[in-house]
Amino acid sequence: MIPRPHVDWFALAPINALLAAAAIALLAAVLVPRRWRRLTGAVVCALGYATAFGFAIALYVRSAHGTGVVSNALTRDRYTALAQIFLAAAGLLATGVSFRERMRDDHVAEYYALLAAAGSGMAFFVASNNLMTLFLGLEWLSISLYILCAVDRDLIGGLEAGLKYLIVGSFGSAVLLFGSALVYGETGHLDFAGINTVHHSSLAVFGLAMLIVGLGFKASAAPFHMWTPDVYEGAPTPVTAFMAAATKTVALVVMLRVLTVAFAQDDKLWTVAVAVIAVVSLTIGNFAALVQRNVKRMLAYSSISQAGFMLIAIASDNALGARALLFYLIPYAATSIGAFAVVAARERELGVPVTFENLAGFGWERPLLGVAMWTFMLGFAGFPLTGGFIGKFYAFSAAYRHGWTWLVIVGVVATLVSLYYYLGIVRAMFMRRPEELQLAPVGGSPPRETVLQTVVVTCVVVTVGSFFAVQPLIDLAKNAADALPL
Amino acid sequence: VTTTLIILPAVAALVIWLVPMNRISAGSLAVFAALAEVGVWIQMLARFDFSQSGLQFSQQRNWFSDLNVSYHVGVYAFSVWLVGLTAVVMAASIAYAFWAGRDRPRAYFGLMLLLDSAIVGVFVAQDLLLFYAFFEAMLIPLYVLVGVWGGPGRIGATVKFVIYTMAGSLLMLASVIVYGLSKGTFDLTKIPTSDNKWIFLGFAAAFAIKAPLFPLHGWLPDAYRESPPEIAGVLSGVVSKAAVYGFLRIGVTKFPGPTHDLRPLILALAAIGLVYGSLLAFRAPDFRGVVAYSSLAQMGLITFGVFAVNDLGLNGSVLQMVNHGLLSATLFLLAAMVERRATTGELGRLGGMARGRPALATVLMTTGIIALAVPLSSAFAGEFLILAGIFQRGWGWAVVGAAAMVLAAMYMLRLISAVLHRDPGPSVTDAALDLRPAELGVTVPLIACLLALSAWPAAISGHAFGHNRAQNDVLHQFAAGCRTDAAQAMQQLKLAAGSAPTGNAPTLIEHYFVTDCR
Repeated sequence: MIPRPHVDWFALAPINALLAAAAIALLAAVLVPRRWRRLTGAVVCALGYATAFGFAIALYVRSAHGTGVVSNALTRDRYTALAQIFLAAAGLLATGVSFRERMRDDHVAEYYALLAAAGSGMAFFVASNNLMTLFLGLEWLSISLYILCAVDRDLIGGLEAGLKYLIVGSFGSAVLLFGSALVYGETGHLDFAGINTVHHSSLAVFGLAMLIVGLGFKASAAPFHMWTPDVYEGAPTPVTAFMAAATKTVALVVMLRVLTVAFAQDDKLWTVAVAVIAVVSLTIGNFAALVQRNVKRMLAYSSISQAGFMLIAIASDNALGARALLFYLIPYAATSIGAFAVVAARERELGVPVTFENLAGFGWERPLLGVAMWTFMLGFAGFPLTGGFIGKFYAFSAAYRHGWTWLVIVGVVATLVSLYYYLGIVRAMFMRRPEELQLAPVGGSPPRETVLQTVVVTCVVVTVGSFFAVQPLIDLAKNAADALPL
Repeated sequence: VTTTLIILPAVAALVIWLVPMNRISAGSLAVFAALAEVGVWIQMLARFDFSQSGLQFSQQRNWFSDLNVSYHVGVYAFSVWLVGLTAVVMAASIAYAFWAGRDRPRAYFGLMLLLDSAIVGVFVAQDLLLFYAFFEAMLIPLYVLVGVWGGPGRIGATVKFVIYTMAGSLLMLASVIVYGLSKGTFDLTKIPTSDNKWIFLGFAAAFAIKAPLFPLHGWLPDAYRESPPEIAGVLSGVVSKAAVYGFLRIGVTKFPGPTHDLRPLILALAAIGLVYGSLLAFRAPDFRGVVAYSSLAQMGLITFGVFAVNDLGLNGSVLQMVNHGLLSATLFLLAAMVERRATTGELGRLGGMARGRPALATVLMTTGIIALAVPLSSAFAGEFLILAGIFQRGWGWAVVGAAAMVLAAMYMLRLISAVLHRDPGPSVTDAALDLRPAELGVTVPLIACLLALSAWPAAISGHAFGHNRAQNDVLHQFAAGCRTDAAQAMQQLKLAAGSAPTGNAPTLIEHYFVTDCR
């Protein structure tokens, strides 16, 4: 009989809570009458995320010293817990955005089941402590997302998005898997800490490169970003919001852990590699975003450039960088979900994809959403009075502390370029007259969406609040980053 | 008190945004808040101790400690005047906007108050990052104010304005990071001076664009023409002062070495701006154009004063900052009033407005006379001090400055005669009335401030840097040493290095003297 390892169920609670929510939502898809499915699914999914959020907080409080879970396959430490807090919050908000999405009733409960399952996979992914669980988590969350992208059959482009994501994403996963195999072959270790105990030669370095590429795909960092615009544009907007906020968060968080724990001895190599990826992401993301007319596509490219900023923090390879990354994720996640939520609201109002042209006058028609969108754009652009400013400040500070002033300059120039399109949204919403709108509004007052508006207000509060309450948040990030050997 | 100055308008802005109210109540609340701001400032001024040179009304709270960034605000003797300028000009602008009426009043007045708060913040921030945050925060309301309520070319103007200023600001951000991290603190009163030319250039770029100095003024004509007149007044009257203040508070004091090395370059740019701006003002076809370009010229002159870095120059530049702020706000408001009556600001279509409109004629004449710096006016006092200061750096600069004063007289007189005298232009009809009482109510207080300063310019020039007699005597000796004997100067430098408080809250003048003898 195989000896059963001790299982710390508490450490697995966030994962299991979401898994349970997914299962219940799936049951609801069959057992609950059609009229109630939407509500049941949404409530179950939201409850799952809320429970996971609660458990993650409890874990954070009670995991001052990191420990391994299930024979060290997973970790229980504050770093994991904080990432789970982020993704649970993002999932909760994304559920709120999904609630009024126009979708056929027959598959709506499956949608929520998948949303919860994706969250569960992410919670597993960030806890992973060896290459096997890493890959398992990655596939778990990816497969859920592939389907989520294509779940809405009525959405033009949804299927294309799903398929594209599936093919490109699988390629990324395959690269990651191959990299893992090379690393294992060279070092004979699967767990991150063990990998670093052996001297690395060229094979392991190849593996490292492939791991970076694989995680880069998920983080949609250039040059591994090709799928991003199409998928973000084609997927249902709430799914896009979730992907932009949560997937990117977990991919970057895991990347930082893998690089600093498993490949600490190769830091001369990967810092440069990550810095180069950051610069490429900033360049491609920003310049491509300049010419977009579709708001979702623009936000997709902007998310590539945001990944660039966060990669600057990772490339710095110091404690300040880890703090910068974890802090940056807070306003970034809130801002992305909020921005996509506003896009979703406009989409539901007009029934067509949102472009710069048909945002004209939006700010005055619906001041709450308009001002919120304005805040989000300022947040992305890193203006003061939003947490994005502090996040960028920290990321640049980390790069400077690493001794890379040039990276600071690149970041600053990228921010300048990004202003044009972020402020372009503000321009479109407030400075152009509704008469310039290129299509006739349907008429009647816009749909009343309390849930969505609550989400948007929450995101505004987080975006602005993280500018003022820096000390508590940075303490949070600092304690979490202490789990890494920096 | 200092925090109250920042919070008060911001809270009023939030109230206006969140509480539903009509045009009248939103406007009157905004005016009330702006006047309350002036009141708080007067109370601060009354309690300000001008016999000390250090920071006063200082307040400090932790913001985030791992990088030593804090919320630290306070006022120096020179910044207190600039805060006052902001409060007064903003109050006048808000009052004018209320009277003139603006679409979407709640959004408009909220943004104006937010702008008020941000500008005051720039003048009182004593932490580099806080300073930067306020400096950028100014841009948020300005962007929307110009972009929404501006003229037909507003979108192009705002894009240009934002891209220009942000280019500078972001270079400043890089400098802030490098400077602050390399010195281990971001607190302006604690951070030691630096000799790094690149950091200085980063700051200088931001300030030179915002001021603007000569080659970087591309955004200026569009922004000043397309924005609503009271916003143009705020832009040229107050926002540009934030940039010069930056030169004064950070550029000159924290980077004595680079200031010394790059002085010829900056003075040359300022000189070109001075002459070029004056010439353009003389050629400008419309009222606002004249004021806009004269503002470019004046910023050159004030930069002269700051980079003269001596008693006369610094005192003069602070005085002239206040003067020019008041003047250009008044002139832009007058431009608005003229445009309202004649539907155009083109000088070719104006003329003869003095006849039958005594109030307008008197007000414009008074402002114009002060602006062209006739002796006994406050602008004369300011410019004279600056010229005297810059003279010590080289007589050539003073000649350029004096020539520009002549040009100033030319363009101001041209403006006055084109608007008030000559035959009535095609756009001036008899139906255009004299100034209304409300318009007088906005402009007369501004002019009263100017007249008061004309009567007693030393109120500012004598009180901008504190009067610590003993300290100043040492410093004056020092200055004498600099000019006469190099060896003696070195001797005194060593003396002062021992006696001057290093590190803790160095006053401007100390700094300058210690470093200028290098």
